[in-house]
Amino acid sequence: MKPLSEQSKRRVNWLNDGLWPWLCAACVALSLLMLAALLTLLATRGLGHFWPATLEEVTLTSGDIVIGQPVRETPLPLNAGMERLYFTGNRDINGANWRWIAVDDISAQTTPNDLIRLERTPWGDFIGRLVAVESDGQRLTGQAAWDYITTALAQPASQQGSSDLLLITADGHALRQPLSNVSHFQAPNAMSWGQKVTAWGQNVWRFLSEGPRAANTGGGVWPAIFGTVLMVILMSVIVTPFGVLAAIYLNEIAHQNRLTHLVRIGVRNLAGVPSIVYGVFGLGVFVYGIGGSIDNWFFSDELPSPTFGTGGLLWASLTLALLTLPVVIVATEEGLARIPDAQREGAVALGATRLEMLTRVVLPMATPAMLTGVILAVARAAGEVAPLMLVGVAKLAPQMPLDGEFPYLHLERKFMHLGYHLFDTAFHGEDVQAAIPLVYATALLLVLIVLVLNLTAIFLRHYLRRQRGNEC
Amino acid sequence: MLAPLTSAQSSQTPVITFAPEQCCLSINQFHLAYAGKPALRDLTLDVPRHRVTAFIGPSGCGKSTLLRAINRLHDLNESVSHRGYIALEGQDIHAPQMNVTELRRRVGMVFQTPNPFPMSIYENVAFGLRLQRRLPKRKRDDIIEWALTSAALWDEVKDRLHRSAWQLSGGQQQRLVIARTLAVQPDVLLLDEPASALDPISTLKIEELIRNLKSQLTLVLVTHNMQQAARVSDYTAFLQNGELVEFGLTDQVFTNPRLQRTENYITGRMT
Ligand SMILES: Nc1ncnc2c1ncn2[C@@H]1O[C@H](COP(=O)(O)OP(=O)(O)O)[C@@H](O)[C@H]1O
Ligand SMILES: [Mg+2]
Repeated sequence: MKPLSEQSKRRVNWLNDGLWPWLCAACVALSLLMLAALLTLLATRGLGHFWPATLEEVTLTSGDIVIGQPVRETPLPLNAGMERLYFTGNRDINGANWRWIAVDDISAQTTPNDLIRLERTPWGDFIGRLVAVESDGQRLTGQAAWDYITTALAQPASQQGSSDLLLITADGHALRQPLSNVSHFQAPNAMSWGQKVTAWGQNVWRFLSEGPRAANTGGGVWPAIFGTVLMVILMSVIVTPFGVLAAIYLNEIAHQNRLTHLVRIGVRNLAGVPSIVYGVFGLGVFVYGIGGSIDNWFFSDELPSPTFGTGGLLWASLTLALLTLPVVIVATEEGLARIPDAQREGAVALGATRLEMLTRVVLPMATPAMLTGVILAVARAAGEVAPLMLVGVAKLAPQMPLDGEFPYLHLERKFMHLGYHLFDTAFHGEDVQAAIPLVYATALLLVLIVLVLNLTAIFLRHYLRRQRGNEC
Repeated sequence: MLAPLTSAQSSQTPVITFAPEQCCLSINQFHLAYAGKPALRDLTLDVPRHRVTAFIGPSGCGKSTLLRAINRLHDLNESVSHRGYIALEGQDIHAPQMNVTELRRRVGMVFQTPNPFPMSIYENVAFGLRLQRRLPKRKRDDIIEWALTSAALWDEVKDRLHRSAWQLSGGQQQRLVIARTLAVQPDVLLLDEPASALDPISTLKIEELIRNLKSQLTLVLVTHNMQQAARVSDYTAFLQNGELVEFGLTDQVFTNPRLQRTENYITGRMT
């Protein structure tokens, strides 16, 4: 008995002797480290993709010549040295965009300034050399050809006229490429540092502002950003009044008895229900139930093709609103409970009715808490993918849910979502190698969007508090 | 000093009654219980108009409960039951035709801890006004200045009317709460230990304010501080266990109490 108690005493002392703060600090440091690693990984892999990479011209021992952008190296099995992956483009000619080359097979490696890289609408990237430009029967070469392409691409597509680029690949394959199909033209090896930075900025901007191409493995993510943000905003508009009113009922109106307590526990537990379950509920109730009925009543002439009876923006927002409702209720309720009764009595004692007391004193004081709830809801909804796959997200939505056509906001349309886009790019693309950097870039973007939405709400909350000079 | 008309000297039911035109609040056989547990027992008491009446008594004797009953704040708590009645200027406050919000406007209440709303100083004072009717801004500004002046706060805050009220000191906050109540021009002001959370200088300011206000309205002051009751009140009621033990002119209650129980309490021989 005695040695045991002595041992436990020693352990307590050992903890007391200043070690436990270090343990706590270590946990914090570890969490921060993981977070930093995550962001660094996403940022370097995602943003690096947009840098105009140097193109190499490689001569193999077999005599073949390959032009491409080196991407990464992996060791070959059986200690056979390293193998390097090149992005070679020219899928129309080679049948693939990528080529693995063993490093030992390379006999010469140069970076000539005249190597170019084009983005074309069918077939994706071309990498090789420019021979000449043929425009209205004229043939331009050298600097004149470069200038012509630069000015032509700067103009809108309709004014470009008809001209062809005469191109040649590394292995001497000649190609005639109409300029109207070219969206981007670069000679990265000839670019200065400043030009590269500008080109990087332009690439990032194109990624943000353009629609996807080549089955989501190329192009930009603008429709997905737009869909995500619109869906989140719609969801907030739906969930905030519902959650706030429910919290007011629970905290200010309902008798505080066993039933209220049970309801409160139920609400808290709803927050833990897996999101896919909400998706199933949304599909069964909103899409098939309500949506089907709406179709029967109002859109019967378009049946059997569904209007509201299929997944769409409205149902997705409603499903996510349901999913985040507990978060808003709990946060608002906590805010309401923190308001001292003296404030409520002060208002009532001045002759305010219960409604006036709520709207003029209690709700303004609970606004920061409500905002906290909405922040949490937005952060959760922006990253949620699983339920959306059932209730309205699309791999490629043909039309934006908001456009200039009456009634402008098309709640029944399918929409694109960054989270789903990420998933689709990563697992359903044909070109896995091309998808990898896009996946990182999209993930980074998703994190940034959630961050921006959160910062906006935090700033708003801070502003409201400052305005009132309190810390409630 | 206003003299009571009659002064029954029975040791069990000390009743002083005032002529109807001198009586502001009349409490008659009022009984109140929290969830069946009595807090006020058969209380009968008249509060004279334009005087300061102090309620003293040990903690838990029902002073706050009585003030809240006069304002009908107990309506918010459904476990409270009461019988008997309270009349304000001759009208039964529990009568069905009595408008509760109008009653609460006429009977202002100031609590122990200052409870300004999280708004600007101006908006705090305007709060009660905005609940009633739309006033032209000029008129409202005038009332607000008058209320803040009456509460002896105007000079301190006139340059920062639109700053947050929560930046004021505790004493200023309490005077702001008084101004907020005065702005709706009540007939009665109920003060529940208004200075017990304040420093001595703020306390003196509040006491002076109370003395000045009695020309405008009837004041009821609950306090734990005997000196304060003696300094500012005209009449004093001593409560114990929810019962009225003694009620009389402050001078008389403090210098020559009729009952031993009162004397013991005042001289600090019991709590
Ligand atoms: N909201 C309430 N619910 C139940 N009992 C209460 C409540 N408020 C006060 N009481 C009880 O009523 C009695 C009188 O309280 P109170 O009027 O606050 O006393 P005082 O203000 O004189 O100190 C006390 O016994 C107290 O416990
Ligand atoms: Mg009290």
